[in-house]
Amino acid sequence: MNNTNHGSITQKRRRPSEILLYGLIFLLAAFLAALVVFIIGYILAKGLPAISVQFLTTAENPIEETVGIFPSIVNTLYIVFFALIICVPLGVGGAIYLSEYAKNKKIVGAIQFASETLAGIPSILYGIFGFVFFCVLLNLHVSLLAGVLTLTIMVLPIMMRTTQEALRAVPKSYRDGALGLGATKWYLIRTILLPCSLKGILTGVILSVGRMVSESAALLLVAGGSAMYMPRGSVWEQLSHSGSTLSVELYRYAMSRGDNSTAFGIASVLIIIVALLNLLTRFVAWRLNKR
Amino acid sequence: MTPVKMHTRALNLFYGEVHALKGVDLDMPEQCVTALIGPSGCGKSTFLKTLNRMNDTIASVRISGEVVLDGEDIYAKNVDVTTLRKKAGMVFQSPNPFPMSIYDNIAYGPRIHGEKKRIVLDEIVEQSLRDAAIWDEVKDRLKKPALGLSGGQQQRLCIARSLATKPEVLLMDEPTSALDPISTSKIEELIDELKRDYSIVIVTHNMQQAARISDYTAFFLLGEVVEHNTTGDVFSNPKDRRTEDYITGRFG
Repeated sequence: MNNTNHGSITQKRRRPSEILLYGLIFLLAAFLAALVVFIIGYILAKGLPAISVQFLTTAENPIEETVGIFPSIVNTLYIVFFALIICVPLGVGGAIYLSEYAKNKKIVGAIQFASETLAGIPSILYGIFGFVFFCVLLNLHVSLLAGVLTLTIMVLPIMMRTTQEALRAVPKSYRDGALGLGATKWYLIRTILLPCSLKGILTGVILSVGRMVSESAALLLVAGGSAMYMPRGSVWEQLSHSGSTLSVELYRYAMSRGDNSTAFGIASVLIIIVALLNLLTRFVAWRLNKR
Repeated sequence: MTPVKMHTRALNLFYGEVHALKGVDLDMPEQCVTALIGPSGCGKSTFLKTLNRMNDTIASVRISGEVVLDGEDIYAKNVDVTTLRKKAGMVFQSPNPFPMSIYDNIAYGPRIHGEKKRIVLDEIVEQSLRDAAIWDEVKDRLKKPALGLSGGQQQRLCIARSLATKPEVLLMDEPTSALDPISTSKIEELIDELKRDYSIVIVTHNMQQAARISDYTAFFLLGEVVEHNTTGDVFSNPKDRRTEDYITGRFG
């Protein structure tokens, strides 16, 4: 019965459409990879020469005409750190409430719709809101603190969304199992839901950090556009002063001064900082998962 | 007649408009296995879930009538659901170990109920795993993830996890339907052992299984209990024509 028209199974048949599709997908992937490598390579190639110990550890000095971005690095880390401290608990807590506790599905739907819309609006709108609300109304002036708060509300929808997705992905059987053993809702959340959604929550953190580090427009309005002085005083004092982050400095050097080599230097530092923060987040995830 | 551990009177349950349980009166005797049989959608799983209030999480469910455990109505206002579920534990259709170690799976229930002492937990874990006849297979890998076990082992682990809260009633929802014949027979032997200490209510699709392991059988059809008697009588001398048709395989 092996003399049918199917031929031998050991004879490989060429399927032109298969090969064509494979080639196309391969080309697309190669193009994407090349693009990323090219952009990063280009920035580093133009920027690394500008980086020196002085560049990284001092402030700009107009008299001696030296350039330094240390204050901006500190400002960036401050803003990211404090904004995360506020928005991670808020975002995760809000997501838990919406997906586990809230009974009224209409209100949940409305909040979700609102937060999706908020996630998509241009950041300059957050800047204007932050300026009017935090700087003027709450009398915080143009300061890093106003920047922290503005960025917090900006990335909050991202944190909430990603956490909600992660909670939703936890299998129903885990919930049944835990509830069936008598677990209260909070116990279930603490011991099953949160550990299971850790990866999703950390994805939210990485996305949020990316948005905060790259933000310039909003911060220009609420946190100010200069970083002339070395940081001094207590953390609180520093937060209540204005100051620019790396992205804002990048904008300033490139646009109002035409100093592209410094701009590329800052860009390189930004790329390195984002990469390090991502590695740190992954490390945290790995450590928490091991426990 | 053995004393009754749990009983229901005039139990009605609605999913929205759907009348899923219609006036169910059922006695479940102590230290016996009560099997619930019937075609898909007849309400037997729904009934099982009302016995430890697992339907509470579904918003559209309405319940009337009485479910009584040791003389107390479990739907009374002042009932603590956590304590109820400690007394009446549940084993689900497909094995659902948590994504944590074997040890932590078993210790999960006792920890809910406030047990923190390592020595006590160690003892509970060993005893529960022994009672579920899986101790020898896992004793060297208690710290390994439970999800690495085979399906049959996972289900025995889940039974051990239920036993760890020292329940008095075990509710089993088709516990072998996702398992191979060897694992199934292991679990059936286990159920036979467990009924010495526990009152067991088991939903099963498998008629031979009901005949093999249960002392009493209730036949559900369209939300009603058509017949309830000793397993021997239900299978060899059914009173109702519909029961006879079902167990002889004429429908279902």
